[in-house]
Amino acid sequence: MSFRFRLWVFLVGAAGFAVLFAVACFGLPAFGSGHHPYGVRAVRASLNHHTANVIASVNFDLRAFDTLGEETILFAAVLGAVVLLRQTQDERRKTPEPAVVHPRVRRFALLTLPLALLVGLYVIAHGQISPGGGFQGGVVTATALHLLYVASDYRALERVRPLTVYEIGEAAGEAAYVVTGFAAVLAGSAFLANVLPFGTLATLSSGGTVPLLNAAIGLEVASGVVVLLARFLDQAVEIEEPGEDEESGDPREIEKPRESQGPGKPRESEEPRGCGRPKESEGPEASGASRDDDNRDDKRE
Amino acid sequence: MTDVLIVVALLLVAGAATAAVLNRDPVRQALVLSFLGLALALLFTFLQAPDVALSQLAVGSAVTPLMILLTVRKVRRRSGNDHGADEPAGRER
Repeated sequence: MSFRFRLWVFLVGAAGFAVLFAVACFGLPAFGSGHHPYGVRAVRASLNHHTANVIASVNFDLRAFDTLGEETILFAAVLGAVVLLRQTQDERRKTPEPAVVHPRVRRFALLTLPLALLVGLYVIAHGQISPGGGFQGGVVTATALHLLYVASDYRALERVRPLTVYEIGEAAGEAAYVVTGFAAVLAGSAFLANVLPFGTLATLSSGGTVPLLNAAIGLEVASGVVVLLARFLDQAVEIEEPGEDEESGDPREIEKPRESQGPGKPRESEEPRGCGRPKESEGPEASGASRDDDNRDDKRE
Repeated sequence: MTDVLIVVALLLVAGAATAAVLNRDPVRQALVLSFLGLALALLFTFLQAPDVALSQLAVGSAVTPLMILLTVRKVRRRSGNDHGADEPAGRER
């Protein structure tokens, strides 16, 4: 296919899309109107299954199979990040230095940590009743744990966060969702069908399988985000590549011209690296003179 | 009243998003992105979508900026800045 042909295919497709999109936009109901054909049916179906939060009913009952796909996307994404950000052969782990945290920051973080943790667990548990659910609550729970990093340092976080447990938790959450789906098949219905008794509307046990699937998602998301952030934190705080150590703090732009000055000045290249900076700051005349020397050298070459 | 709130939230979102694009420093961008997540969460709340607002609040204004900041720290360490300079709490105990 030549470039022109491809361009024409694109233009025809884009024009067709633009026309259809414009027609569809003019056919939309007005903003904020009361006519919601899908909404009415979803609310009816949700109330039939005694699920007060219609969004949770759509996500975990009417479209539970879609949510399995979304959960798997997150699972695969975390897995990919773990593989990409692993410690490679030439990298080494360095224990980070203990950090000093301002007392007010520490107090604030320690005060909000249990609160945020509780809110996260509450949001997971009440997904079938009030806004939120496994995904939102899971992210809040995982973020809450990292307030410990704000309050103290990375070593404290590592001590209370056994990563293996969270890796198992992520897999267990994903598996629990699938197992719940197959349990419905064993009960004589379709995959992920809502087969449990629906309970009383707006209580914790209402909604049949919705709270179970919510909990599975909550476990998967919370563990997944913890594992994901742990990999990022490892790379940012602990893992060191061969090039990045204390001596790499010296700017190399200064050293390179010196090495290329040739055999005329052997004394300077023998100096240890750390002496580079104070020499430069001796005075404007000295540095100016050395720059002139550099220029002359360049001209000779 | 609701319309006014929606318009204000939309303006906040537009302002924060433009600021995120115009900022060139990734660290500042992460902070502006966090603010954008907050503005979007407000907008979703006013549009009566609290579930989406909660997701936006948790992911858009907390986890994503945190991941950006951690990535920036890693990249700066590699490029040879003095380590610990970008971590204000990194002094000796």
